[in-house]
Amino acid sequence: MIQRPSGLGAQPTNEFIHEKEQWEAASAKGKGRKGPGSGAVDRTISDLPLKSLYGPEDVAHLDLADDLSYPGQYPYTRGIHPNMYRDRLWTMRQFAGFGNAKQTNERYHFLLAQGQHGLSVAFDMPTLMGYDSDAPQSRGEVGKCGVAIDSLADMESLFDGIDMGDITTSMTINGPACIALAQYVAAAEKKGIPRAKLGGTIQADILKEYIAQKEWIFPPRPHMRVIVDMMRFCRDEMPKWNSISVSGYHIREAGSTAAQELAFTLADGFAYVEAGMKAGMDVDSFAPRLSFFFNAHIDFFEEICKYRAARRIWARHLREKYGAKDPRSWQLRFHTQTAGCSATAQQPENNIVRVAYEALAAVLGGTQSLHTNSMDEVLALPTEKSVEIALRTQQVLAYETNVTNVVDPLGGSYYVEALTDELEKQAEEYFRQIEEYGGVIEAIEAGFFQREIADASYRYQRSLETKDRVIVGVNAFEKPEETQDIELLKITEEIERGQARGVQNIRSNRDAQAVGNALDRLKKACNDPSDNLMPHLIDAVNAYATEGEIVEAMVQVYGRYTERAAF
Amino acid sequence: MSRPLRVIIAKAGLDGHDRGAKVIARALRDAGMEVIYTGLFQTPEQIVQTAIQEDADGIGLSILSGAHMTLFPLIVEQLKAQGAQDIVFFGGGTIPPEDADELRRRGVQAIFTPGAPLSEIVSFVEHECGKRRELVG
Repeated sequence: MIQRPSGLGAQPTNEFIHEKEQWEAASAKGKGRKGPGSGAVDRTISDLPLKSLYGPEDVAHLDLADDLSYPGQYPYTRGIHPNMYRDRLWTMRQFAGFGNAKQTNERYHFLLAQGQHGLSVAFDMPTLMGYDSDAPQSRGEVGKCGVAIDSLADMESLFDGIDMGDITTSMTINGPACIALAQYVAAAEKKGIPRAKLGGTIQADILKEYIAQKEWIFPPRPHMRVIVDMMRFCRDEMPKWNSISVSGYHIREAGSTAAQELAFTLADGFAYVEAGMKAGMDVDSFAPRLSFFFNAHIDFFEEICKYRAARRIWARHLREKYGAKDPRSWQLRFHTQTAGCSATAQQPENNIVRVAYEALAAVLGGTQSLHTNSMDEVLALPTEKSVEIALRTQQVLAYETNVTNVVDPLGGSYYVEALTDELEKQAEEYFRQIEEYGGVIEAIEAGFFQREIADASYRYQRSLETKDRVIVGVNAFEKPEETQDIELLKITEEIERGQARGVQNIRSNRDAQAVGNALDRLKKACNDPSDNLMPHLIDAVNAYATEGEIVEAMVQVYGRYTERAAF
Repeated sequence: MSRPLRVIIAKAGLDGHDRGAKVIARALRDAGMEVIYTGLFQTPEQIVQTAIQEDADGIGLSILSGAHMTLFPLIVEQLKAQGAQDIVFFGGGTIPPEDADELRRRGVQAIFTPGAPLSEIVSFVEHECGKRRELVG
């Protein structure tokens, strides 16, 4: 192997080589651990091969300047800011929403009073799928997984008493994201806060819906036009708003490996960049407003390396492939959430510990914001008590552990640098395969991502069956007589009935003519790619058209997506 | 040799979490059964219709959205309405223990929650669907 003059691996001396040989001989005598979990010591949780020790030879091919550089400098492997958490801690942002807007609004006031920095809205399934609370498809689902938002009236009560110009808000919604954004803008403007002052993020990452989360409405091709309109609208009118949060979280939750999460998410990001450029936007005019959202799973080092690799890949592609000139376009900023799928229903208090390790990985990987899951989320929506513990977990990490005081403390670790590099290589190999299909949309249509994820999740499940891998309390260290005595949050059926009555009231007490006209103009714009949809959507929500009505109007033009079911 | 057991794995309502459903579908297939996966967003009516048309021995329903107390009983009702109570009906998802008890009382034969070993689910399905097959031939 050629030693690069500025490489990480110094030319080994004879003495060092001798010591290595001694270690190899001693190591070979080891008998290997037996017992639970000993079947997978040679692989990460994602099945990447592991050595028992990493050394200079594993990083000799890396270049200090090209591959690592310094924090705040291209390719940002070591972080996007020169001082990282010394200058500013990550944003502690707990995802919350349940029942109706009034209940969720109370939870938001509670979280802000506990020292949380920003809000993060969880919507219920009907809202995420574009159905009103009184639609037949919504039965049993209203307010269960998040808050029910049918019309502008709900959005107004969601932010009642909260200064929307002062906080930042993240909204996790994709299929109908353009409608939620329109409602947010309209609710703020009714309070006299101009849209240009609004800070936050809307997920709006439709590609990963087809890949993993499955909350789609329209087919991919027309939906890409909706995305481009949103990016353009945010660029022109909402300079503080992140137009898309390109998300790997759900890809991982659906059972992918770390490398798949990394690769598929970045491939989606590149697809949005290409769509924006194809629509005539300068890459530097919108790329800085794209942000990312990753999972923090339980394989500690693999996760840290995933974030470091993500930054390096994004920077390289944006600068080299897409010709971005603005360093902000090169910088991958991301939110992290601890892995819901790593939490267990058995001995749920153990989840507090898992979350703490996962949060530490996210912070050592340089996240910009963080949601820590509550211990009871695998059973139901979290109670106030468990949400508080989750937030305190972040505060202990931020204020007690001192991990914030040194930037990228694991940089230069033979293992961390080698694994970062390996993940980058695996991602590049996936990009090549996606390219062979003709792009992300074509690969979705061919079922490529869905198959890769299903294969990985089945492999993982088998490794639990054979006990090659251990989950404490599930396939080892079980408590057979375990009874659940933790308090759970229940959403009553009265919420559904009340929400259904509410949306019916809205429909009977508004200017029906104005709604009809606004929806007609929206449909016309759907047929005319040169007319941005966003102003028409804002008009429609201001007339109190409901989400279901707006979706229905758009479906008349775009159609509904259906997936070919396979397993 | 009789034909293999045939099982429908179903997703109902608006719930898109299909990881568990797909894993179960594969595990049952690996155990030699014929598995029909309905895909997402099926109504209880559609699921029961599929089971009857396919002459299935069992239906497994997966729900992780919290709508289990609505959707499981609707399928039990449909099975009764169609005179198809002989079809084994089981399910799984994020279902609190007291809800699982209530669903068993209301006619769901088994509820499996996260962490249930695949082997346990497979042997339940083999046993119960096998009994059903002996009865109806």
